[in-house]
Amino acid sequence: MNFSAVTSQFWSLLLAGVAIGFIYVLISLGYTMVYGVLRLINFANSEIFMVGTFASIIVSRNIFGYNDSSDTIHGFKLYYTLGACLLAAMLMSGITAVIVELVAYRRLRAKGTNRLASLISAIGTSIVLSEGARILTQSRPLASPRLLDKFFVFNVGTVGFRIDIIIVIVFAAALFFAVDRFVNKTLLGKAIRAVSMSEDTSRLMGINLNRVISATFFIGGLMTGAAAFLYDLVFENTRFNIGFNLGLAAFTAAVLGGIGNLRGAFFGGITLGLIEVFASAIFGAQWQAVTVFVVLVLVLLFKPNGLFGEAIQQSRV
Amino acid sequence: MAISKNFNLRDRGAELWEKWNRPQRTVFVLFTIGVVALLPYAGNFSITSILNTPTSSYQAVLVYPVGMYVLMALGLNIVVGKSGLLDLGYVAFFAIGAYSAAILGTRTHLNIWEILPIGMGLAMLSGVLLGLPTLRLRGDYLAIVTLGFGEIVRITAINIQSTGGPNGIGGIPNPPAVLGMKFNIDNLKGFFWIVLVMILLVIWMIRRFTARRPGRAWEAIRQDEDVAMLMGVPVLRYKIWSFSIGAAVGGAAGVIFASKAMFVAPDMFTFNVSVLILSCVVFGGMGNIWGVIVGATILAYLPERIRFISTARQLVFGLALVIIMNVRPDGLLPRKKREKIKAKGASN
Repeated sequence: MNFSAVTSQFWSLLLAGVAIGFIYVLISLGYTMVYGVLRLINFANSEIFMVGTFASIIVSRNIFGYNDSSDTIHGFKLYYTLGACLLAAMLMSGITAVIVELVAYRRLRAKGTNRLASLISAIGTSIVLSEGARILTQSRPLASPRLLDKFFVFNVGTVGFRIDIIIVIVFAAALFFAVDRFVNKTLLGKAIRAVSMSEDTSRLMGINLNRVISATFFIGGLMTGAAAFLYDLVFENTRFNIGFNLGLAAFTAAVLGGIGNLRGAFFGGITLGLIEVFASAIFGAQWQAVTVFVVLVLVLLFKPNGLFGEAIQQSRV
Repeated sequence: MAISKNFNLRDRGAELWEKWNRPQRTVFVLFTIGVVALLPYAGNFSITSILNTPTSSYQAVLVYPVGMYVLMALGLNIVVGKSGLLDLGYVAFFAIGAYSAAILGTRTHLNIWEILPIGMGLAMLSGVLLGLPTLRLRGDYLAIVTLGFGEIVRITAINIQSTGGPNGIGGIPNPPAVLGMKFNIDNLKGFFWIVLVMILLVIWMIRRFTARRPGRAWEAIRQDEDVAMLMGVPVLRYKIWSFSIGAAVGGAAGVIFASKAMFVAPDMFTFNVSVLILSCVVFGGMGNIWGVIVGATILAYLPERIRFISTARQLVFGLALVIIMNVRPDGLLPRKKREKIKAKGASN
C-alpha cells in the first residue's frame, strides 16, 4: 500500500487515468454497439483490438521500413506515416470485426440457435485469432518504432502534458463525438437504433438486418482499431495476448456505464481508467487486472444496469 | 446435414440399453469398467501398443491429460451442458483445488485424502461467492466474469507469498496407500484408478441428479429461464447449486492433480485449460455424459499421439468450437432427443 504516491502525484495520475480511460472508451464502443443490436457480448472484440495493434506496427515497420533504432520524424512525413498506421489499424480491425460477425454470429442467427451457441462460437473465434497471432509471432512481443518525438507541450504546475497523451485525449474524444453524432443523426444510425429496440419491427419496416448488423460490427471495429493505434502510440509494443486484459477492462467500462448505452460507455471508460491508475499506484501495477475485475463484480452486484443503465432508452445504440 | 440429423448414436445406445434387462445391464457396465480399468496395461502388449504415446509415458498420459480432462469435462458439463451456464474460468476451481493440496499438504500434517474434501469445499465456496453476483444476470455476464476470475486466480497466485509466487510450490505429498495400493511416480496406475473411481462417482451423481428434481430444474432453466421461474423453479438457487457442484468436481480434480504432479505453479492454470475443457464438453455433446467422455478422451489423447496437433493445439480447439457450433451445435453425441420426439408424437 502506497498512499504517498497518490498524494504527491495526484494530478499526473489523474491525467494518465483520463488518457487510458479514453482508450477504453473507444474499445468499449466495440462492445456496447454490438451488445446494443445483438444483445450479445462480442467476445472477439479483444482480439479485434489485438489485430489493430499489430496492423499499425506492421505498417510502420514493414511498409515504411522503420525499426527500433529509427530516429523520430517530423513534419509532413510524420503526419502521413501516422495517418497510414491509423488507417491500417482501423481498417484491419473493422474488417476483422465484419469477418467475426460472418463466421461466428450470422449462420447461428439465421438458424435461430440459442445464445449459448453464439457465445461459444464467438469465444472460439477469439481463440483462433489470438492463437493464430501467437503462432505467427512465435509468442514474441512486437515493439513499435518511436516515430513521434514525445515532448512536453506544456506544463500545468508539476504535471507535464506530453504530446502523445494530448493526441489520445483529443482524437478519442473527437471520434467518440463523431460516433455519437453518427448514431443519432444519420439514416444508418437510425437503423442501428431501430434494430436495437426491436429486431422484428425494424425488419418489418424494411431494414436490412444483416447489413445493419455488419455495419455495427464495422463501426465498432473501426473504433477498436483507432484505440489500438493510440495504444501503440503511447505504450509502443504489443503481444498476441494483449487483448485479454484490455478487453476485460473495456468490457468492464461498458458495463460500468450501462452496456448498450453509448454515452454510458464514455463515462464508464474514463471512470475505469481513473480507478485503474489510482489503484495500481496504491496497490502496485501487478494488481491492475484484479482491480478491474473487482470493479466488474461490484458493478454487477450493486448496479447491474450500470451507472446510466437501460433507463436512457433513447440514447441507446 | 441430413445424415447428422437422422443418425444419433446416443439414441441408438439408449434404445439398446432399454431393451436389456437388469442382469444384462450389470454385466455390460462391469465389463466396460473392467476394460477401462485395464487400460494402463494396454501399452505392454504388441496389439494394443499402438496406443502408446511417442513423447510422454503412456500411463502418465492416461492420468493427465486423459483422465483429468474427462473428470473436469464431466464437472463442467453440469454447468454448461445441464444448466446452460457458460463458465469460461473453470480452471480457477481446478487451481483452487490444486493450491489447497499444495498449501495444506506441505504445511500441515493432513494427508491428501483429508485434503480432498477441503479442496472441494473451498472450490465450492468460491463458486458460490462468484455465482451470487453474476447468476442473477443474463448468461453473458457469467461468461465474462468467469473468464476474468480464471485469470485473477492465476495472477493472485503469482503475486502473493503463501502460494510461492511464480515458482509455485513443490514437494506436495502423494496420497497415502489404500488397501496396499501405493500412489507415486512409479505407480501411475494407482492414480489412474483413483481418477476412474472419481469419474464413476461423478457419473453416478449426474445420473441421479438428472433423474430427480435438480436435474429437471436445470433442464427447465437451460431451455427457458423465464418460463422456469414462472413455473416456480427457484432459478437462482438451482443455478448456484449447479455452478458450485461443477466447481467442486474441478476442485477434486485439482487436488488429485497436485498430488500426482507433486508440484504446482501458476503457469499450469492458464485460460487455455478452461478453453480446453470447454472444447471437450462442446465437442462431445453438451449435456450428454457419454458424449462428453468421448469428446474429452479424443481431445486429450490425440495431441499426445499426433505431435503436429500439440503445437497448434489451442488453434485447433478454437476452430473446433466455431465449426461445431456452426455445423453440429449438439456435438459428436448429442443429448437425448427421443423424449422430445415422443412427446411431440403424443401431443399430435
